[in-house]
Amino acid sequence: MELLRFTTAGSVDDGKSTLIGRLLYDSKSIFEDQLDAVKRASVQKGSEHINLALFTDGLRAEREQGITIDVAYRYFATPNRKFIIADTPGHIQYTRNMVTGASTANAAIVLIDARNGVIEQTHRHTFIAALLGIPHIIVCINKMDLMDFREEVYTSIKNDYQAFASQIFPGQDMRFIPISALKGDNVVKPSENMSWYTDGTLLHHLESIPISQDHDLKNQRFPVQYVIRPESDEFHDYRGYAGRVAGGFFHPGDKIVVHPSGIESEIVAVDTLSGPLAEAHPPMSVTLTLKDDVDISRGDMITGVGAIPRQSCDITTMICWMNQKPLQLNGKYALKHTTKDVRCIIQDIDYVLNISTLEKMTENKAIRMNDIARIRLRTTKPLCFDPYTTNRITGSLILIDETTNETVAAGMIV
Amino acid sequence: MGNYHLTHLKELESEAIYVLREVAAQFERPVLLFSGGKDSIVLVHLSRKAFYPARIPFPLLHIDTGHNFPETIEFRDRMARSVDARLLVGSVQESIDTGRAVEEKGINASRNVLQTVTLLDAIEVNKFDAAIGGARRDEEKARAKERFFSHRDEFGQWDPKNQRPELWYMFNGKKRMGEHFRVFPISNWTEMDVWQYILAENIDLPSIYFTHERDVFHRDGVWLAAAPFMEMKPSEKVEYRRVRCRTVGDISCTGLTLSSADTVEDIIQEIAATRVTERGGRYDDKRSEAAMEDRKKEGYF
Repeated sequence: MELLRFTTAGSVDDGKSTLIGRLLYDSKSIFEDQLDAVKRASVQKGSEHINLALFTDGLRAEREQGITIDVAYRYFATPNRKFIIADTPGHIQYTRNMVTGASTANAAIVLIDARNGVIEQTHRHTFIAALLGIPHIIVCINKMDLMDFREEVYTSIKNDYQAFASQIFPGQDMRFIPISALKGDNVVKPSENMSWYTDGTLLHHLESIPISQDHDLKNQRFPVQYVIRPESDEFHDYRGYAGRVAGGFFHPGDKIVVHPSGIESEIVAVDTLSGPLAEAHPPMSVTLTLKDDVDISRGDMITGVGAIPRQSCDITTMICWMNQKPLQLNGKYALKHTTKDVRCIIQDIDYVLNISTLEKMTENKAIRMNDIARIRLRTTKPLCFDPYTTNRITGSLILIDETTNETVAAGMIV
Repeated sequence: MGNYHLTHLKELESEAIYVLREVAAQFERPVLLFSGGKDSIVLVHLSRKAFYPARIPFPLLHIDTGHNFPETIEFRDRMARSVDARLLVGSVQESIDTGRAVEEKGINASRNVLQTVTLLDAIEVNKFDAAIGGARRDEEKARAKERFFSHRDEFGQWDPKNQRPELWYMFNGKKRMGEHFRVFPISNWTEMDVWQYILAENIDLPSIYFTHERDVFHRDGVWLAAAPFMEMKPSEKVEYRRVRCRTVGDISCTGLTLSSADTVEDIIQEIAATRVTERGGRYDDKRSEAAMEDRKKEGYF
């Protein structure tokens, strides 16, 4: 059984919470005591139906205000796959939350209200999904029941969507499904009202999307996370480099280079508690031992000798700003990249992006909460990185405000 | 390309090991909160994997209410010895005796809430800067909003409306003096994942998870163990039943399940068929709609 992580994107009344509630309810992932609690709460609030959205609103303030504040994670499983849903709210701080949910997702569900078609919000959601490199997009055209389940409504929205999405990310895996989250059409069960649609329910797509190619399997990347030195009699001279494989395959006998030092060596073993392995690949956590006694510490990167990562102190990156305090040009921030901690200074802002029109604004370059921009920064020590489009792990970074310790930006290296 | 995907259990294991190694790398004085329950047992198992062949680089801390199932305490001591880990015990009784905590009164009295006082004191006295816990997001609606690295202010409080965004697998453990983090490596596991993993890895558990006969009584839809310190209503009567624990906590709030499951395979079948959540049997969550959220804000596990 494989694990698929997906996120949901939709505007306020697109029926996102209802869709998730429907997926959980129809796949029998909601328990009786949860259902009872939601029934009680629905009655208390005077709603006529069971409010499926209440399954996902976890905090007191959310239930009181009827809104979702923060990313929540939901789980369900079918005999074929286990699913993790990053449920991102549509109201406040939307970009920040969607970026968070999208950062680890294999797939994104983009919800469109069949009555409204493709709107500005749809552009924003699609752009963020593309920016965060989500490999698979599932466009759900919802509320088909309110449009009499007409095929031409679906076809026209699908054509509109394809027209703009093909400009943002050509070649993207994109699927379209007409649904009614409220009535359950094409979510888990095939719709009896839309016999003209035969390409499978939402759950069918979630269960069958191929996800094994979502990692970079070509270039060997191993950020060293922790050095294991048992200092015991049995393992007196043992020195292991623990980490999670970020790209490619690692085997005993592979020639490797350590960055940034450039020292070369060879892998002796890929160790785990259950014994040595013949091969490690993303996203496995393992421990490598090397032939030579070299100086390696947390933050270094072990790669193959062939395709080595770029190495530089000057980084150009797309960022999503996530803090109330605007970005300070020439300001200093702490920066995390893989397992490495450095400091950096913001040297220049290339442009701020209007993500509805995709217009690059080069005049007014103030960067505030939820803004997306391209910036240049300089780090105190060189980073070993790949473009984000090649590797989502070695191509991403976060910025931290050194006075508040808050995470203020997500970066996708260009 | 050959068989290069991981099963969901292997992927969850890899994620948890990654988080545990981040804790060891980012913090000076981490501690693992060990209750003797299945989730914390799995955490200890994962910690062994994360640092093999070295020892687990942090101690285990048990917050002891004094109202335990004796089987859990015996198991706790045996496990700590077998993995060669230092075991610390924070005593709720001591917090009560020294006036730091006040015992609840009445029929539904429990020491569950009092654990927060003992836990925060233990964190302060030992200067722990990260406390690793076995909480999972599928357990409860407030926990669904938790981060892997969850910030706590100098009063040990959680501010759910103002959490740091957690992107990719980059965990920001930066903090001021006196603040600490709670870290949840098995955030993404469900109850079923935990049991399947216990089966796959052949992990040893306390006997109370399996069927046994015990004196119990029924209250508000939950079976509770009849122990000397449990105050009972006149209408409640003790019965001798075949039960097992689905979750393990303080005796006063741990609901028992009528069950004849005596292997991990049986338990997995039982869970697959059940229509009630794991914490549906936890008396401590029944106090109000936001019982868990309120306790968490104050510094609960």
